[in-house]
This record gives sequence, structure tokens and C-alpha cells, in this order.
Amino acid sequence: MSERLLTVNDLNVRYGKVEALYGASLSVDRGTIVSVIGPNGAGKSTLLNAVMGVLPSRGIIEFCGNNMGNVSIERRVAQGLCLVPETRELFSQMSVEDNLELGAFTRYRRGDKGIRATLDSVFKLFPRLEQRRSQMAGSLSGGERQMLALGRALMCQPTLLMLDEPSLGLAPLIVKEILNNISSLRSTGVSILLIEQNARAALQISDYGYVLENGEIALEGPSRELANNPRVIESYLGIGGVEAKIEC
Amino acid sequence: MDFQTLLILAQDAVTNSAIYALLALSLILVFGVTRVIFVAQGEFVSYGALTLASLQMGVMPGTVWLLLMLAGIAAVMETFRLLTSGAGQELPRSLATVLVPPLVIAGLVKVCTPLHLPLGWQVLLTMLIVMPMGPLLYRVAFRPLADATVLVLLIAAVAVHFVLVGLGLLFFGAEGVRTPPFSDAQFQFGFLSVSGQSLWVYVASSVFIALLAWFFNKTLYGKALRAVAFNRNGARLVGISPHLAGTFSFALASAIGCLSGVLIGPVTTLYYDSGFLIGLKGFVGAIVGGMASYPLAAFGALIVGFSESFSSFWLSGYKDVVVFTMIIPVLLWRSLSTVHYEEEE
Amino acid sequence: MIRRFGYMLFLLLLLIIPMFPSFYLTMGSYIGLYSIVAIGLVLLTGVAGLTSFGQAAFMGLGAYTSAVLTTHLAWSPWLALFVAIALTVTVAFILGAITLRMGGHYLPLATIAWGISLYFLFGTIPILGGSNGISDIQALRLFGMELTDEKIFYYLIWGVCLVALWISTNLLDSREGRAIRALKGGVSMVEAFGASGLRLKNVVFIYSAVLACLAGWLYAHMQRFVNPSPFGLNQGIEFLFMITIGGAFSFWGAITGATVITLLKTVLQGILPKLISQSGNFEIIVFGIMIVVVLQWMRGGIWAFVERLLPQKAARPVARSSDLDMRIQPMKGTPLLKVTDVTKAYGGLIAVKGMNFDISSGEIVGLIGPNGAGKSTMFNLISGEVPHTAGDITFGNHIISGLRPPRIAKLGLSRTFQHVRLIPGMSTIENVMIGAYLRTHDGIFSAGLSLNRASDERVRAEAARQLRRVGLEGSMFDPAGSLSLGNQRVVEIARALCADPLLLLLDEPAAGLRHLEKKELANLLSDLRKEGLSVLIVEHDMDFLMNLVDRFVVMEFGEKLAEGLPQEIRSNPAVLEAYLGGV
Repeated sequence: MSERLLTVNDLNVRYGKVEALYGASLSVDRGTIVSVIGPNGAGKSTLLNAVMGVLPSRGIIEFCGNNMGNVSIERRVAQGLCLVPETRELFSQMSVEDNLELGAFTRYRRGDKGIRATLDSVFKLFPRLEQRRSQMAGSLSGGERQMLALGRALMCQPTLLMLDEPSLGLAPLIVKEILNNISSLRSTGVSILLIEQNARAALQISDYGYVLENGEIALEGPSRELANNPRVIESYLGIGGVEAKIEC
Repeated sequence: MDFQTLLILAQDAVTNSAIYALLALSLILVFGVTRVIFVAQGEFVSYGALTLASLQMGVMPGTVWLLLMLAGIAAVMETFRLLTSGAGQELPRSLATVLVPPLVIAGLVKVCTPLHLPLGWQVLLTMLIVMPMGPLLYRVAFRPLADATVLVLLIAAVAVHFVLVGLGLLFFGAEGVRTPPFSDAQFQFGFLSVSGQSLWVYVASSVFIALLAWFFNKTLYGKALRAVAFNRNGARLVGISPHLAGTFSFALASAIGCLSGVLIGPVTTLYYDSGFLIGLKGFVGAIVGGMASYPLAAFGALIVGFSESFSSFWLSGYKDVVVFTMIIPVLLWRSLSTVHYEEEE
Repeated sequence: MIRRFGYMLFLLLLLIIPMFPSFYLTMGSYIGLYSIVAIGLVLLTGVAGLTSFGQAAFMGLGAYTSAVLTTHLAWSPWLALFVAIALTVTVAFILGAITLRMGGHYLPLATIAWGISLYFLFGTIPILGGSNGISDIQALRLFGMELTDEKIFYYLIWGVCLVALWISTNLLDSREGRAIRALKGGVSMVEAFGASGLRLKNVVFIYSAVLACLAGWLYAHMQRFVNPSPFGLNQGIEFLFMITIGGAFSFWGAITGATVITLLKTVLQGILPKLISQSGNFEIIVFGIMIVVVLQWMRGGIWAFVERLLPQKAARPVARSSDLDMRIQPMKGTPLLKVTDVTKAYGGLIAVKGMNFDISSGEIVGLIGPNGAGKSTMFNLISGEVPHTAGDITFGNHIISGLRPPRIAKLGLSRTFQHVRLIPGMSTIENVMIGAYLRTHDGIFSAGLSLNRASDERVRAEAARQLRRVGLEGSMFDPAGSLSLGNQRVVEIARALCADPLLLLLDEPAAGLRHLEKKELANLLSDLRKEGLSVLIVEHDMDFLMNLVDRFVVMEFGEKLAEGLPQEIRSNPAVLEAYLGGV
């Protein structure tokens, strides 16, 4: 039986300028990849930011059996919850290597000795980062930045990695590479909560999927089933049923 | 002006520049990490010199009381915060961090003050008293305002400046002090005669700047501080707490301020309120550096030091006017060379 | 009712203070003087989000200018006042021009430096008397009467203060004032409606400096003696403390703060030295602590409390019809906007590459594409917010690429913002009125003297008309921040319509809306189309636009991928691929 890693129950976010969330519930089991798909503005990023603690929210967020209610972002990171935001948030005036080292900041504070080894494994996963280790992060190409963002998150040895639109703004070939990387992470034991507007790709690499529409979970199910669900096909995998959605 | 005078002025300029450079670095660091334009930085300079002077006279310095007061207020605030956020179990540890070091230091000072220790130990004691004030001030005054605008933080910093100057007068009185020099030696290099104290200033500040450079470039904590200054959100997402970074940067600020005060105490007479102007001159240096670049700020500090020293020769009454008016052309130059237009908070 | 009662009580108090012993009279005069300065500082800090530590220095400039001119040159104080104001305007203009283009913290830093410089100058320049200052300054003469009586001077000060209050209040309730109130949220919104943010900031700074100068001039002729000490940096800081404690968001907060600080200072200066048995300005310790506490616990200051207790101000009724001049919309089908080979590069990164498309009058065009395709950059190139690298954008007969947003707005282009940019505390109708910035022309002076009433009423009626048009008439007087996100976006559209545009640019108007809200928005836009409006919508959500637009332009990777009628785009394989991606 798989172990429940993250439980989000009845999460509400209503906060000024962000896309709102109305009573969203979802869960992630250990060792799985879960994707959340949905149109732009449906509240997907809001969901991740709320789970991370970047946005204030009402509702229950349980990670590894602990309530995250009053826990600061830093503590969540230390407990193995990691977010790669849509904006990447790299330290662009610092070198690739410094960025990666800082990813392990919470482990360093704990006196973890295995940081070097993790760095090597990240370089193995993304050889291109090793080639550019002393280059400033700001001078990397879009794909390399995404790799660095992923690598930096992996440096903290997350239990659950949350990825917000990892394919955003990347050329198709690079998207493919990044998604392959993500898919291969499963074997390292990392669980992933993935947000993608590229619905077909997301459902292909994930085990379970949720469809978020207008701030609410509209559908959920194993990814393969979702990929064959007529409604999902219409709205996200094909453009057939467009008229059905707007009655003018 | 003959060559001799020129050399003397230049020597003076370099001594002051070294101090301004230290202060400018710390101002930029604190601003980058916490967005606080810490105008009260200079108060640590006067506190450092005056505390040392008190210890010299065998008097318990008033700054010890301030340290204890700050620790007390911080303890109350910490208790309130932890209890209201339902994290009461962290209270003992948190209170211990806030209260124990100041109490130990106060005890130490009480024991050591009458002993008339050698100068080196007294300097160390002075550092021990003044340095914790930075983090405590951050905890008491700025941390609750962490989400406020730069403007609000600036007003708070000015308020802290008022409090510290007022307390300085209360603790040390209106009289100025000059602490004994670290060295009475005079060195003769051809024309140039350099006092041992000036050498101390050069060496100590160079060593400190080198230490800072090492800290920021080679250690993970130093890199973490830079990371916070570059990208606050990114830093939080890798688990660097902004409060931890704020505490650190304020500790550096008080350490740098105190060190500067101890170094120039023997060179200039310092009053309870002299630190402010010294700090502001460091600011002019920092502004030259655009509040962001450390090397440019150090360069700015050199300009400030030289213009001060030479204008005191030619236009003695107007030296401060010259220094402070200088930032207008500097700002003009920055304004013209900047492309950045929109600023959002 | 309670408000009116409050005003009466306040005026009555002002009137009877001179009947108390002279100590109270002196206090009253000082409070009046400081209130004048603080009112200017509220406008600068609380309203426009800038700040200055140099207000005391401006006061000193006013005082010293008049002192020198009336004693050494025996000029009339009234003539000296003109010179003082001219000097102040010059200095403020230079300081502002230098610092206001940069980050918000450069102005306070520059004013700290300039405040210190001036203080030292007062103390060193021989003709200014050094630290002894200048004495025997002429008394003011008014209608042949010498104003030496303290009571008369008290009334004069408060007269000036009340006039300053009246002018400042009028100013905020005008087209320039509404734009000034928007400055805190960044300048791009007001610039999109034709105001220059830099100019407005400068105007506010100069205005507040002139008020300080005026107070200084009054001070010099009240005391008939000046020395440097009241004009130092500490006094400049105290002014900032006054408005922080009193409340930086209201002119009444300025008067409250000036009163509290002045009285408290007097009391503390009496008590503290005795308590400590040492002499010195120990009140600054108390002030400093008070400020930190106020900032942490009640950021709105004292007046924010009072304001909460007072009843809401009743909204003024709105005139039924607006007769503002309208643009003549070009014939349907006339070419309106033409984008030719437009490229935008950020360093090595090319965000938009050789884009070509056009829009004709009466047409709704949807600019769509997946996230990160460069739509928003394209939008900002048209609105002028982002300078282009190559190519041309023509609007009507004008090349607009390379122009700043205010110029483009003037030509009839109006926009909304993806991240709603309303002023949350201001009423919805006032927010919409900002849209009409370019349709009336009252300046600062006519606004201050309330000569703009008639044209402002017309703008109000026009804003109300636009709110009716979009169906939000009912929320006209509610604060814009209290509306739902969906309605806030509609308010943004109303504000853009209020500018009477030839072309409306909408930036992701449906993002973050719920299903029903999207449907309502689509209905609204389709109604507007019936009225002949030309619109360019940048959107990610293709479904939302499918039945709405006449034509689609599709972008991917900064380039145009396809263009055509909705049906064509829906079945275009390249578009499908871009939207769905493929692995």
C-alpha cells in the first residue's frame, strides 16, 4: 500500500491579485507523479504557492502527516517540500555552482555530509550544468535555467517536488528533454506534483491527474483514464468542443 | 600647498576613507538583505568609542543597560509571537537565544570593568557589548515590519536613530572622548610620517574587508546573505529564512560600526552624536555605489574621504557642506545613466 | 452631521485659544506653522508615496531668504516671500528632477544630504550671522498695520493653514489629484491615461516644499529672529514623525500629528531633564519609540482611528448627462493599427521577432498563443510601455513605436492591465474618472482654487455613464478594492472606455475569472462591439474568444504562427500543435 505524502483538503485562497482557489482538495502518494492540468488562470500556480506557504490560505495542508498550517516556508523546505516556481527565481548574479550549493542550504545547516554527493548526482543528471558550473546563472539559456532550477531543488533532497510549468517558454526539443528528466526522477524516489498547460505531456508522464478549472477541481483520476476522458479530450487534448463552453 | 601638507591631507583622507568604506559596505549589505536604509548605523560608531572610553575609566558603560533592555523587550515580543502563533513549545529555546548571551555579557562586563584590563581585552569587551545590539534592534524594531515598504522601514530606521542618540546622551553625557591610541609609534617613510594608529586603521580595516570578501564569496552563509539580497523569493524557496539573514546582516552592521568607532576613537574626538554624521558619510559612499555594488561603494568612500580632507584645508568651514552636496552630482550622474524607470513595491 | 459638528468645534477651538494665557497662544501658533508643513508632507508621503527629510530645510530657506532681504536690503517681506518661493521652487525642482527618476528611496536620501548641507551653510556663511543668526527682522505689514500682536499673527498663521488645507483638499479632488493618488501603485497606470508620472511627482514635491517655505517665512516674521537650529535635520525628521503619528493618509492627520508632537515635546522637555537630572533633548527617545510602536501596531496613525469612528461621507449626486467632447470614430474598416516587422530583444533573448499584423476600425482582434509566446511583450510594445528594438507600429497616421505611453494615449489608444491596477481605497467612480485624464485640461492652480468644478462634474457624469454601460452603476460609490476580481476587471474596462478611445487594448481580461464571470465579460465585450468599438484582446484562453473576435493572430516563440478567421484557426494544425504541445 502506498503511503500518503501530501493531503490538501478544502483549500481556499482569496488574496488580492492572485487567481482564487475555491475548496480544492488533492493528495499525492509517495513515489508517484501527480499532475494538475487546466486552463490559464484556473488557479494552478495559486495552488502550489499556497501549499508552499508563499500565499496565505484557508484549509488543511498535511505533509508527511504534519499539519503545515503555521509552518514557515523555510521549515517546509527543511522538511523536504520544494517548489520550482514558474518564474524559476534563480540567483542570476551568482554562479551555477553557487546556485546549486544554496539549494542545499537547509541540509548544510543541519550538518548534512552528503551535499557533495548530491551535487555530483545533479551534474550527472544535467551534464550541461557541470560544463557551465562557474558561469553566472543569468547568462544561461532558457532550457539551462530550467535545468538549474530543477537541480537546485534536487539539492535539498526533496521528498515532494512541486514543479510549476517546467515547459514554459521552451522549444519543443528542450521540453522533451526536461520532461524526460522529470520522468526519470521517479526512480530516485522523489514524488512530484506537476503543473502543466501542456496537458498531453503531463498526463503522459504522471500517474494520477487533476483538472483544475476556475479555481475548483473539476475532474480527477488516473492519468491514463483522464487522457481518454471525452471531456478532457475536448477541452485540453483537442479543440473539438469549443462552442460548448461559451454560450453567447 | 606644499608637498608635505598634501601628504598629510592624503594620509588623513585614507584613514577616514577606510572607515567610510567599512560603513558603506555594511549599509549596502543591510539594505540589500532587509531593505532597511539603516541611518542609525553611525550610532554604533559612537557607542563603540564611548563604551571603550567608559571601560578605560573603569565605569560600567550605559550601553550594557541598553543591551539588557533590548534583550528584555525582544524576549517579551518573542513570547507574544510564539504564543499567538501556537508554537509555544519553541519558547524556551527562543528565549534562551535572546536572553542568555546578553546576560552573560553583562555579567562579564560587571566583573571585568574594575580590573583595568589591557586595551586589547577592553576592545574585545566593547565588541561583545555593542555587537549583539544589531540583531536585537532588528528583532525589536524591524522584523515586525518585514513586509513594509522601503519608506516605512526608513522612517523606522530614523526613529531608531533618534532613540539611540537620545540614549547615547543619557548614558555618556554631552562630553566628547578620545580613547588612547593602540600604538604610540611614529613611522617615518621619507617625507611622510605615519602614526601607528593610522597604520592600525589601515591594517584593521583592510583585514576586515578581506574577511568580509572571503565570507561572502567562500562560505555558504555568506552566499546565502548575498542570495537574499539578489532575490528574496528565491532565497526563501531554498530555505533561507529572511529573519535569519536579517539578524546576520544587522550583526555585521553593529560589528562594523563598533569596530570603526574603536579604530577612530583615538584619532578624532567623538561625542554621543558624532556617529550619525560619520555614518551618513559612509552613506554618501554607498550611494555612489548605487546602494548595490561593494567595490563602487568603497571607491565612493575614497572620494568622500579625499574631498572631506582637502576641503577642510581650503574651505575649512564648509567641509561637511562639500561632502553632503557632493551626492547631488553623483545622483544626477546615476539618474542619467540609469535606464530603470518603473519602481514597484 | 457629526463631521460638520466636528468642523465647527475645531474652528471654535481655534477662535477661542487666544483668550487663554499667552503660553497656549504660542503653542497654537507653532502648531499652526507645523501643520502647514505637515499638510504638504502628507500629500508627498501619505498620498504620493514619496518622502522628504528636508522640509525643515525648505522652511529655513523661506525664513533666511526673507530675513536677509528684509534686514540687509530692507526689502518688503512680501517681496521677499516671492523670492523665497522662487528659490524653493528652483531647489525642489532640481532635487526632484535628479532623484525622482530613480528608486523611491533616493529622494529621502538626497533630502537628508541637502538638509544637512543647508544647515551647515546657515551656520557658516557670514552674512547669515553664523550660529547667532539674524535678529531684528522686519514685522509684516498688512493694510498699513504692523503685525506685531501675537494674537493677530496667530490668526494669520491659522488663516494660511486653513487655506493650505482647503487648496490641498481641492487638489486631491481633481484630475491631477486623482492621478497623484495613483502614483503609489507605480506610474504605468497613470501614464497609460496620458499623465506624466515624473511630472506629477515633481509637482507634489515642489508643492510640499513651497508650503514649508511659506511656514518658514511666517516663522521668521513671527519670531523676528532666525538662527540655524530650528531648521536642522532633526526638525525635518520630526515633521515626518508628526504625520506618521497623526496619520499620513489624511490632512487632518497632519494637524493631529503637529498638535500631538508639539504638545508632547513641550511637556517632555519640562519633565524629562528633571527626571533624569541632566539637560538635553531626551524627548527624542520617546518620539523614536512612539514611532516604532505606531508603525508596528497602527500604521494609519491616530487619524485612522478617528476616521473609523466617523460616519461615511455622503456621496455627491452625479449629473445625468455628460457633454464632454467625443472623438469621431473612423469609418468601419478604416486601417487603424499596423504592426510592421516589429522585434523586441532583451539582451540576447528575442521576445518578439518580426511581427506583422493590423487592425481595422470596428474590428475585434484576438492575439493568442501559449504562455511565454511573447503576447504580453507585443501588447506592451503597442502600448509603449516597452521600447521596441526594430520595426514600426503605426496608429492612424502616426508612428507610435518609440513614443512613451502618455503620447500614445493622447492619440486614442486605451488599455487595461492584466494585474488589475485600481486604487483600492478610492471609489469606483473616481477610479474610472482617471480614464478621462486627457479629456479635460484643468491644471494644478485651477484645481487648488476649485475653479475646475464644472468640468470635473462633466467627467464624473461621463464616468457614471461608462459604469452604466458596463453594468456596474450600483457599485459606483463603493471603494474599488471591495469589488470582486471579475468586477474589478470590468471597472478597468470602464476606465479605459472613459478615455474615449479609438482602439481598446485588453490584456488577458479573463485570467483568473470564474466560469460565469467569463461569460458575463464575453457578453459585455460583444455588446461593446455592437457599438462599433475596435478592440485588441491578448488572451491565452482561446475558447473565451472563439465566438467573440472577428479575427485571430496566433503567436508562438515570439513569432506570428497563424492569422485568420476563428474557424480557420480552430482547424489550423500548427495552432493545435502549439496549444497542445507534443511529446
